[in-house]
Amino acid sequence: MHDDTRPDAALTPPADRTLSGGVHVDRRHDSAVKHVTGRAEYADDIAEPVGTLHAYLGLSERAHAKLRNVDLDAVRNAPGVIDVLTADDIPGVNDVSPTGRDDEPVLATDKIEFWGQPIFAVIAETRDQARRAAHLAQIDYEDLPHVLEADAAQNADMPYVTPPLTLKRGDAPVAMKNAKHRIKGQMRVGGQDHMYLEGHIAFAIPGEDEDVIVHSSTQHPTEAQHMVAHVLGVASNAVTVNVRRMGGGFGGKETQMNLFCAVAAIAAKRLNRPVKIRPDRDDDMSATGKRHDFVIDYEVGFDDDGKIEAVTGEFAARCGFSSDLSGPVTDRALFHADNAYFYPHVLLNSHPMKTNTVSNTAFRGFGGPQGVIIAERIIEEIAYHRSRDSLDIRKLNFYGEGRDITPYHQTVEDNIAPQIVADLEARSDYAERRQAVLDWNAKGGVIRKGIALTPVKFGISFTATWYNQAGALVHIYSDGSIHLNHGGTEMGQGLNTKVAQVVADAFQADFETIKITKTTTEKVPNTSATAASSGTDLNGMAALDACEQIKARLVEFAADTWNVAPEAVRFLPGSVQIGDEVISFPDLIKAAYMARIHLSAAGFYKTPKIHWDRDKGTGRPFYYYAYGAAVSEVSIDTLTGEYIVDRADVLHDVGRSLNPVIDRGQVEGAFIQGMGWLTTEELWWDEKGQLRTHAPSTYKIPLASDRPRIFNVDLADWSENRENTIKRSKAVGEPPFMLGISVLEALSMAVASVDDYRTCPRLNAPATPERVLMAVERLQGEG
Amino acid sequence: MTTRSNTQFLLNGKPVTLDAISAGDTLLDYLRLQKRLTGTKEGCAEGDCGACTVLVGRLNKGQLNYETVNACIRFMASLDGCHIVTVEYLSGPDGRMHPVQQAMVDFHGSQCGFCTPGFVMSLYALWMETPEPTETQIETALQGNLCRCTGYEPIIRAAQSINTYGSPAQDALNTERAAVTSQLQAMADGQRVELRTDDSLAILPADVDDLAAALLEHPDATMVAGATDVGLWVTKFLKTISPAIFLSHLEELREIEQSDGMIRMGAGVSYSGSADTLCAAFPHLRDYWDRIAGWQIRNMGTIGGNVANGSPIGDTPPVLIALGAQVILRKGDARRTLPVEAFFIDYGKQDLAAGEFVERIDIPLAQPGSLHAAYKISKRRDEDISSVAVGLNVTVQDGQITNARIAFGGMAATPKRAAAVEAALIGQPWSEATISAAAAKLPEDFQPLTDWRASSEYRMRSAQNLLRRFWLENAATDAPVRLMRA
Ligand SMILES: Cc1cc2nc3c(=O)[nH]c(=O)nc-3n(C[C@H](O)[C@H](O)[C@H](O)COP(=O)(O)OP(=O)(O)OC[C@H]3O[C@@H](n4cnc5c(N)ncnc54)[C@H](O)[C@@H]3O)c2cc1C
Ligand code: FES
Ligand code: FES
Repeated sequence: MHDDTRPDAALTPPADRTLSGGVHVDRRHDSAVKHVTGRAEYADDIAEPVGTLHAYLGLSERAHAKLRNVDLDAVRNAPGVIDVLTADDIPGVNDVSPTGRDDEPVLATDKIEFWGQPIFAVIAETRDQARRAAHLAQIDYEDLPHVLEADAAQNADMPYVTPPLTLKRGDAPVAMKNAKHRIKGQMRVGGQDHMYLEGHIAFAIPGEDEDVIVHSSTQHPTEAQHMVAHVLGVASNAVTVNVRRMGGGFGGKETQMNLFCAVAAIAAKRLNRPVKIRPDRDDDMSATGKRHDFVIDYEVGFDDDGKIEAVTGEFAARCGFSSDLSGPVTDRALFHADNAYFYPHVLLNSHPMKTNTVSNTAFRGFGGPQGVIIAERIIEEIAYHRSRDSLDIRKLNFYGEGRDITPYHQTVEDNIAPQIVADLEARSDYAERRQAVLDWNAKGGVIRKGIALTPVKFGISFTATWYNQAGALVHIYSDGSIHLNHGGTEMGQGLNTKVAQVVADAFQADFETIKITKTTTEKVPNTSATAASSGTDLNGMAALDACEQIKARLVEFAADTWNVAPEAVRFLPGSVQIGDEVISFPDLIKAAYMARIHLSAAGFYKTPKIHWDRDKGTGRPFYYYAYGAAVSEVSIDTLTGEYIVDRADVLHDVGRSLNPVIDRGQVEGAFIQGMGWLTTEELWWDEKGQLRTHAPSTYKIPLASDRPRIFNVDLADWSENRENTIKRSKAVGEPPFMLGISVLEALSMAVASVDDYRTCPRLNAPATPERVLMAVERLQGEG
Repeated sequence: MTTRSNTQFLLNGKPVTLDAISAGDTLLDYLRLQKRLTGTKEGCAEGDCGACTVLVGRLNKGQLNYETVNACIRFMASLDGCHIVTVEYLSGPDGRMHPVQQAMVDFHGSQCGFCTPGFVMSLYALWMETPEPTETQIETALQGNLCRCTGYEPIIRAAQSINTYGSPAQDALNTERAAVTSQLQAMADGQRVELRTDDSLAILPADVDDLAAALLEHPDATMVAGATDVGLWVTKFLKTISPAIFLSHLEELREIEQSDGMIRMGAGVSYSGSADTLCAAFPHLRDYWDRIAGWQIRNMGTIGGNVANGSPIGDTPPVLIALGAQVILRKGDARRTLPVEAFFIDYGKQDLAAGEFVERIDIPLAQPGSLHAAYKISKRRDEDISSVAVGLNVTVQDGQITNARIAFGGMAATPKRAAAVEAALIGQPWSEATISAAAAKLPEDFQPLTDWRASSEYRMRSAQNLLRRFWLENAATDAPVRLMRA
């Protein structure tokens, strides 16, 4: 049996040898040291080859117009300018519509459909020269009337940008008519800019034949690859898109980077020089899409206790000039219009309206938050109507036994909303604190308080079923070091860290022996966007599949070579036990290599069980649900509408966490971002149709001093995913975003106190100090 | 007088001499494009996100002070004789992380990491000044740093623990302090500096008299103080500022002294530089001052610039007007004095002649019996431009209002006194009824605009309510009338 591939040195594993960076442990972000030292390389930090040129976009200054004449002479003649591109210069197709609807030109041709629409690109020796030149165009517009708001678009008979969706169960109109109580209302919910700290950027380097390499900060390298091929009129195999890391994405770099990748690649191929494009913050915010604003008309029927009998909702969304991802976004708003509550009879319609604004896109939650917020508004309405604590109304209406079918006919099998809420209610002393708030407000006074506990139930999976697939590539080099690559992209969420933990666990190899490499379309093809919170679920499983393939070969090799049963081969931290012998992992790898064992594998995963029939509005679009809940307590100044979030307590469900500290970071960050959406982040267009809040000077995301001073964030450590996800964990990126809704409802309660809680304040979002003051004054007027 | 035609400074401890820089060249572009020090990031190029935060050390009366600044709007020309410290300087030569960096790593203060170098620099400056900061001090130091990923909680935790990783005394900027001071002193040769390129001229006058002279030589020049406005003209509006005359390096203009019932403040005193003196004399300004911009901007921006730019939404003019401050203008050797309110003529139009500059602002100390307040309302509490700002100064004698100076920002085309409100107060009893009656007069004084910060209606309503707040704060009541962070 002895053969010369077998190493002879045996090693006893120290009893206390533990694995560094396996699963279910805290592990810092793999790039943390690089982040704090400034050594982490972002797309704009890549050393530029000699001869690199810089592109800049010329943007429209009309919301809706015909292009009568575009005079670019001054642009061409400006210092340093090498070339100017218009739609005519696009070698392939002038379209970057991510869903193939052919409605999103890279560069406008004869009409302008929003303020900030790219008309041309100028390429110059330096970015400064290109940027200055871009402002020199003489453009003659023929103005056309524009429509900005979703409801105005409905009134103006603007078309849908994509087919609408209806979700329906039971007979809502009849049940509504028969309900003892009915409330009808409207809520306006503002959009949100992503305000990733790193803006859009693409850097294209031409190669031989039709080849081009694009370094970019995109969440969706595969789509960028396809779009670049599409606009160049070449096959996808000529285009490579690379992403090492993003300085934040949040959905804003899912499709919106296509434009920049396309322009950089066209220019690079045309001039045969590297070309980089990086818009300034104003252009980034003007020319790229945001979270959809919604105007939602709702009606609810309920009984004396506050139990819901029927709900109807009309969800009109500001989609902008093109479809982009508005179809799935508005669909997801309907999917989440139930949040955690059972609606016996329900009828929901989406209205994805075309407007003369930038095309709205993905943003953390992907329409879900705009659905959840209506469910919570409905609960609030009932609570004020019945003079009850809204938490009681919530509990009464949770999904439960015999009440477990969603408006899209999926059965809720994993409902833990009641447990999460009960657990949080106790941990946060909700009842006593609510009483204290009521007592405080009863004294009258300028400063009023509010407290609210809101839950979230969020469906996990892309509703486009085919996106629920992923690939990974794992190599083990003959020295035992591991190279990990997968199709997901790192934007701060710790995806690379978590996937590497999965690999470390699989081989029982220390985290430090694993090299995480940039995402590239060269290594893993046909990937999905890193979006829908799915990054770890999908890529972790794909990486595990790759590891299992290699492990199976190693086990077979070891069993054969040592002549033991395969079950006698066990991976221990840093070593492998084979029968009675223990050898180091690198030694095993070396031996396997010498024995010509294949030490590389491509892994693959597709999510099981899911299916969705959009025409019928039925199916199981979601593999499972993630849950959470938050209690927020606020104070408002009834003279100015200013407010402070005093305290927030969060309990969130991530199943069995792969990395609790990273997951907690996601929950904290999402809560604050959700709070920002509903408080100070206001998108404001002037009457000409120009967005005037297009930089951090005018668009205000939360600061450190806006976060609650008391901020208790816990993971529901008792939860485990009942589905067979990666190590029974759950997705975490999006669901906690909706916990910010508790802040809005707490503000609402503080406002309501001024007329002794007789009126539901119907605070629209974002609840800026202005909206809070105006609501206070409205209620004082009514009181 | 001799002039020098190059600029000298230290970058991360190493001397640099540059001959050709344009007036509008920014520090951020220099670091990233020329030096490939890419740890310093561009997030907005308008001073609002802090991703570009670096430290600038400068001598003031022989004393070396380091302050955080926004490299994106800091002009290269203004750095003559300074020590620029970027994130790359923090880890030791052996690659060991700095206490600030180690704390940020251990407390998981970074997610995407793009904001992180900027936070590291702000926290570094805070730790050097205040090794054991309170939560409020941390929040105040971080007003100029945005993070979109973390929600800040881990960064706060890191900030609270830095001092357990090391003490500022051992920090390089302290151990090298004497050496750096003497290097910078050697650079300060007392000459006028004129930096020229083909199409640009930047002048750093030798002293205030030379500034006066330079302005007479170039009456069309752009004056640049802290560049927290002018910087944006360049980075956002692509304006050419040459010829530019810089003044933030002039120590005489950074002097602030108090005597004979008067605070005399050089026009080049920054928000930060004025805080101690002003807030000691006028405690009601403490909260208000900390709500002007973020720390980096407070270190750069000057009171002179805030007044000189004549913005209707500048935060200092309403307060200065209420306090009865005067602005001292100088042209050549001629000086004139104006009440601050008289300096503002109309939107974008100030009483400032070509070649003239703001030299000083004089603020009389408070009279006994006067009640003071300064309020600011903005969409976001910190680092935001006011929707409405107001300075109030009301004298009450024997229950009667004998004098009132009330000036608003954000309500008209210039910072402006509320004449009708003042008239409705003076001579009346100090009572709630008087305040209500006066508040009702506010629409006679102002017809505010609607814009993205606030509607006309909200501006008016909240401004009236601020008068009510003023009453409540001064009436003996236990109930809080202002929000306080827990
Ligand atoms: C991120 C950010 C936040 C901000 N937040 C606030 C805020 O909360 N409140 C607020 O009030 N402002 C705010 N500002 C505006 C800015 O800080 C002020 O207007 C600042 O005071 C201008 O001073 P400076 O020294 O930077 O002037 P500069 O930008 O150097 O100059 C401004 C103008 O004044 C002129 N000038 C400067 N000094 C003199 C002088 N001595 N004599 C004559 N003319 C002179 C210049 O020529 C120029 O026209 C903010 C700015 C930024 C970038
Ligand atoms: S880049 Fe945002 S403050 Fe300088
Ligand atoms: S870590 Fe991403 S912006 Fe702060």
